[in-house]
Amino acid sequence: MALLTVRDLSLGYESRVVAEGINFTVNAGDYLCIVGENGSGKSTLMKTLLHLKEPLGGEISVGDGLKRDEIGYLPQQTVVQKDFPASVREIVLSGCQGRCGLRPFYNKADRKCCEENMERMGITDLANRCYRELSGGQQQRVLLARALCATQKLLLLDEPVSGLDPKVTKEMYELIERLNRDGITIIMISHDIAAAVQYASHILHVGRNVFFGTKEEYLRSDAGRLFLSRTEGGEET
Amino acid sequence: MSEMAEKLMLYMQLPFVRRAIIVGVLIALCSSLLGVTLVLKRFSFIGDGLSHVAFGAMAIASVMNLTNDILLVMPVTIVSAVLLLRTGQNAKIKGDAAVAMISVASLAFGYLILNIFPYSSNLSADVCSTLFGSISILTLTLREVWVCVIMSVVVVIVFILFYNKIFAVTFDEDFSKATGTKADRYNLLVAVVTAVIIVLAMNLVGSLLISALVIFPALSAMRIFRSFRSVTICSVVLSVICAFSGLIISILSGTPVGSTIVAVDTAAFILCTITGFLIGGKQQ
Repeated sequence: MALLTVRDLSLGYESRVVAEGINFTVNAGDYLCIVGENGSGKSTLMKTLLHLKEPLGGEISVGDGLKRDEIGYLPQQTVVQKDFPASVREIVLSGCQGRCGLRPFYNKADRKCCEENMERMGITDLANRCYRELSGGQQQRVLLARALCATQKLLLLDEPVSGLDPKVTKEMYELIERLNRDGITIIMISHDIAAAVQYASHILHVGRNVFFGTKEEYLRSDAGRLFLSRTEGGEET
Repeated sequence: MSEMAEKLMLYMQLPFVRRAIIVGVLIALCSSLLGVTLVLKRFSFIGDGLSHVAFGAMAIASVMNLTNDILLVMPVTIVSAVLLLRTGQNAKIKGDAAVAMISVASLAFGYLILNIFPYSSNLSADVCSTLFGSISILTLTLREVWVCVIMSVVVVIVFILFYNKIFAVTFDEDFSKATGTKADRYNLLVAVVTAVIIVLAMNLVGSLLISALVIFPALSAMRIFRSFRSVTICSVVLSVICAFSGLIISILSGTPVGSTIVAVDTAAFILCTITGFLIGGKQQ
């Protein structure tokens, strides 16, 4: 059984449909990249997958022992976070909150999980630093460590490299690739089509023509060729 | 100097002065606890807005001759707080505009009602004391002091128990929701506690100056400290110290209580800004 199955999903706000006819499945270990033009419904799709928004139609089912709230999430930065006084450790630890239920305080297992994930992201030495004083790449690592505290199965990444310089972007992609090799399923929204076809195993193209398939199929499809030819960096592939 | 101390000792023997100090310090403590969250959620003005709602409700209560006006004021304020904080994100009228609208409307409405149905001869003095709280803290009854003590204890316990959840939801509401924290429930909790604190605080500084009690300690603490926990603790300590010294100063020099406390808070903010600047300069 697939980790996540989406059938005939339509997305939008109130009566305005943004995207419809979306079908795809995600199996354990996949690296799915969601691409599409601005306003094609990528972020709405992600919000719907996270149950932050109700879909207009269709259904999303989870399987393989994945619970609805076992999806880690790397959101785009919000305005609130820019001047938020919080140490790195406090933020990473807050990823364990979902598991706490009504328990008011973190226990030893939560703290251990927090330390392990900071180690994994290479931010242990930043643990007591203030989040707002870190560089963009370091902040993304902190949020990624927090997402890992929430799940060991499925990560949803919303534009993880936006605003990062090329060197840090490459490091970020390598980090995500390593997590994927460690067995974590990745769903990533990206503008960066070149990186998408380089790292992903599957591509979902949302927009007027919805496409879902493996990377190889996408490169041969009409939607893929059209999108690649219009996007900078497409020539490389 | 000894003259001052003597005067202070004399005043301290008066029961209403002791009551004022107990209530003042407790309210300063409670309001600063949630101040950090409210400032970070961009709801700095909610104190002002809600206290005006409470003022409007109080006006209605006086006109209706309710003996215990808190029974009307508290529910009305809580409902307003819930509506304001919940619709913060997707509302047609955005957070700051909604707060401003409700605040001005209930202030005007309250004043209008008091003018149409005058219940006492000295209207402007009554309005002035409700808005600036100049006398009411010195006229507290023993029962009011106990209500305040119990409410404060409840607020502190609730805050400690839900501290981690409030942090997670304040920092990233979407992430909390996606990973299974009932964020809406905790937003509701913050709204209710905020309303309770504001109704209590009206007795101390009056409705116009409540914003100061909520935001000043949090902003001062954020100049110096860099983690959520230390900011929260620092803002509580700062708020208690400022409220206490403000009360003492106002007793000794006969200045209005609310304005004196806010003046001390402002001074503390300036001090903290300078300190934060010096520390920041050293680190770089």
